[in-house]
Amino acid sequence: MFETLASPFRHLGALTINAIWRLGFAARFLGAIVMQSGQSLLRLQMTIREMYFAGVLSLIIIIVSGLFVGMVLGLQGYNTLSRFGSADALGALVALSLLRELGPVLAALLFASRSGSAMTAEIGLMKATEQLDAMSVMAVNPIARVVAPRFWAGVISMPVLAALFNVMGIFGGYLVGVVMIGLDAGTFWSQMQSNVDLHYDVVNGLIKSLVFGVAVTLIAVFEGYDATPTAAGVSSATTRTVVTSALVILALDFVLTAFMF
Amino acid sequence: MKRSTIDLWVGLFVAIGIASVVFLSLKVANLTPQSSTQSYTVTADFDNIGGLKVKAPVKSAGVLVGRVSNIQLDSKTYQAKVTLAIDKQYQFSRDVSAEILTAGLLGEQYIGLTEGGDPDTLEPGGKITLTSSALVLEQLIGKFMTSFAEKGSSDSSTHADKAAPQQ
Repeated sequence: MFETLASPFRHLGALTINAIWRLGFAARFLGAIVMQSGQSLLRLQMTIREMYFAGVLSLIIIIVSGLFVGMVLGLQGYNTLSRFGSADALGALVALSLLRELGPVLAALLFASRSGSAMTAEIGLMKATEQLDAMSVMAVNPIARVVAPRFWAGVISMPVLAALFNVMGIFGGYLVGVVMIGLDAGTFWSQMQSNVDLHYDVVNGLIKSLVFGVAVTLIAVFEGYDATPTAAGVSSATTRTVVTSALVILALDFVLTAFMF
Repeated sequence: MKRSTIDLWVGLFVAIGIASVVFLSLKVANLTPQSSTQSYTVTADFDNIGGLKVKAPVKSAGVLVGRVSNIQLDSKTYQAKVTLAIDKQYQFSRDVSAEILTAGLLGEQYIGLTEGGDPDTLEPGGKITLTSSALVLEQLIGKFMTSFAEKGSSDSSTHADKAAPQQ
């Protein structure tokens, strides 16, 4: 009787302890990465190589999505704004929504699914095939050699990708608003320029994307390092990376927005 | 993949990132190198500034001549003390007048400067004395309503006056 009553609570307790344990492990893991990152910054070639895989190969998806998000914003914004006779404000609408929210958040979501999952799978497979253990045996620290370069590559790539996403989105809004619908190009840009502030909008958006970059890459390398060293374990770790990253990005975005704007 | 190829691509990637940030700063946020040495500040007291905000444009004859750099409430007179940063290349006379205008019916508010006739120019740090407040729509409607009501009551009283002799 007592056993049947207690078991759900026992289960809940185990889940909570496990969640807190993983959180603490992730925090200590971040500390370890920062402590061990001297080598990856001194031997920059490792980090540059990872930036190629994390950043350069994400360019296509970022450019295309940014363009389409901007074009959709232009169309929908025009439909709504023209109802109130203020279609001139389209440039400001597109630029502000991209710079403040959509650029950092969508670029981070795309980055998590494109590069974060790849990082997790790669590190997880290295662990499953005992490559990480082999490194330890050879007195090579796997955190310094494998994890830290990927972490820094992700942290550097994320703001670059977000800025590019913003530019492509604004260009997409320009294509729809000015080229397709035929708004005045001068009004489009001047409305944008008079409503966008460098520090308030542009810099805050970049700070957001930097924070997202740290969060997404940490989740990705942590899930890979912590994966159960089996095929099923690596696959579930990859899924967890995408899901956890998406949730963390959106939650962090709310917190950052509440503080910044 | 060869190391030099990777270096090239990552270099291009970072260059694209820097170019994006520069584009966002210059073209989108319109960062113009406007330091304090190229502008001078004057103050103006307004009874009511309405929805005027810091960084709102200051225009003269529709031309942008500066920006609002600071807004404070004067604790003695309870007037709004607005600091204007005006471009050095524009000089105004001492009796220049400032009014708060609205771009369009519901647009942003800005300060319009109208040149006066005084031969002396307004010194940096000077004060614009001729000001007129923002047009607050609620007050305007309120005034209209009261004047309408007064008119209505005076009309009825004149009717009463006219009616009186007939009796």
